[in-house]
Amino acid sequence: MSKDMTIHLKYWKQAGPDVPGHFEEYTLDTVNEHMSFLEMLDVLNEELQLKGKEPVEFDYDCREGICGSCNLVINGQAHGPKAEVACCQLHMRNYKDGDKITIEPPRAAAFPIIKDLVVDRSAFDRIIEVGGYVSVKTGSAQEANALPVEKEKSDEAFEYAACIGCGACVAACPNASASLFTGAKLAHLNKFPQGEVERSNRAVAMVDQMKEEGFGDCSNFAECEAVCPKGISISAIAEMRRDYMKALVS
Amino acid sequence: MPSFIKAINSQVGRKIMTGITGIGLMLFLIGHIVGNLTIFGAPEAFNIYTKTLEDLGPLLYVIEAGLAFFFLYHTILGVSIWWNRRKARPEGYKKYQTKGGPSHQSLASKSMVYTGIIILVFLVIHIWTFKFGDTEMVKLASGEMARDLRALVIEKFTDPLYAFGYTFVLSLLILHLSHGFWSAFTSLSMKSKEASKKVQMGAYGFAIVIMLAFIFIPLYIYFTGGSCDAALISCN
Ligand code: HEM
Ligand code: SF4
Ligand code: FES
Repeated sequence: MSKDMTIHLKYWKQAGPDVPGHFEEYTLDTVNEHMSFLEMLDVLNEELQLKGKEPVEFDYDCREGICGSCNLVINGQAHGPKAEVACCQLHMRNYKDGDKITIEPPRAAAFPIIKDLVVDRSAFDRIIEVGGYVSVKTGSAQEANALPVEKEKSDEAFEYAACIGCGACVAACPNASASLFTGAKLAHLNKFPQGEVERSNRAVAMVDQMKEEGFGDCSNFAECEAVCPKGISISAIAEMRRDYMKALVS
Repeated sequence: MPSFIKAINSQVGRKIMTGITGIGLMLFLIGHIVGNLTIFGAPEAFNIYTKTLEDLGPLLYVIEAGLAFFFLYHTILGVSIWWNRRKARPEGYKKYQTKGGPSHQSLASKSMVYTGIIILVFLVIHIWTFKFGDTEMVKLASGEMARDLRALVIEKFTDPLYAFGYTFVLSLLILHLSHGFWSAFTSLSMKSKEASKKVQMGAYGFAIVIMLAFIFIPLYIYFTGGSCDAALISCN
């Protein structure tokens, strides 16, 4: 049996979108190294409630790194210290007895805080709405092999399709740019013959929507790639720039 | 298809223009250093070089206007990209740190706007000192008269303020370019990881080689006192 650890937490509390927030502190004495980071927060909330205090709100759903709901900024790093790991899959064995952990919500004008550590990421949905889809005729399903897709392209598309829309890229970017997310969506769809048709319009519409939503410019810091739980490379941003430029001449 | 104006004002367009103007300015630096090094050539070489430039007449104005435009456009984009952060993230983090790995966050990339602004201030002083500085006229071997800019350069760089001031600013340009060179190619959609690694190495190489060449001139003149006895300064 592993020994319990003591962890000193400092987390953001904010009652609603338009009210000022503040940090609160709490020390947990019963953190087990096998807990996930979110399970540790469950224990925190249990203790808070037993003491008659309000629990701290945080976002999650799958807790297995595939839904993109969790997106805590832990000690100044989106999803915490481990590369290619969403914070729901981060384990407390990465910390040691007596550690201090600061937890903040992703901070961006385009991601207004709903409560505590929960932010509204519908700006991402609106970027998808303007072009992140392919238009296909409805009706009975097409024969699967009617549209050949090259193996390399489908592999590459798959890499970009791995984006779970968590927003860590925005959270970690010094400029709060959404270029990695948007680039991943564009690169994913544009690799397929089905996506090819709307390629130009899609690139222009989605790039314009990023600005509309109030995300910042990209400065090529590449911090987004470092924090992306799916390891999406900034080559997605290169794809986006290429598609945008191609749209100018098509 | 978006209009050209809309395109260059889009987030992609702004970055591409930062890259293009940055590359333009780097090409200018290459030309500038090649010209400057003539100061270590034959006694007349530098003055012949500067006279040749001045003799370009209207063409020189066109080149100067182009350069000024590149500097201005580059500055406006750089400052506005930096300024927009405040709007995109009004409330910052209490604690923030890079995750390392593939990240290009570094002293160089984080200080682009500061190194840039210092370079701009330096540029004004630099043009004031040399382009509009007082010079004697000298007779070239060809019989033509030319501004004795060589004498002005040597005079200025025997002054420690100029010699070390230049060295300081040019060192900041090393920092600017050690990220800027890579970033410009990335802005112009360089995609492969292998190319990216090579270009980052190229960035360090370019920044260091070109800037050491620039820095060499004031320091050499300062430490030799610009005297005709110095190995690289020939007087007759
Ligand atoms: C000889 C002079 C200069 C050269 C050779 C140069 C070169 C470059 C290059 C190659 C880049 C990368 C472009 C990119 O990211 O696409 C860059 C970026 C930048 N430059 Fe310069 N630059 C010069 C002067 C200036 C000046 C005067 C400023 C004034 C503020 C400035 C501010 C910036 C900024 C802020 C960036 C980063 C842009 C971003 O965050 O995306 N630079 N520079
Ligand atoms: S690109 Fe990566 S970090 Fe950004 S939203 Fe998608 S999965 Fe999250
Ligand atoms: S909770 Fe689904 S990815 Fe973390």
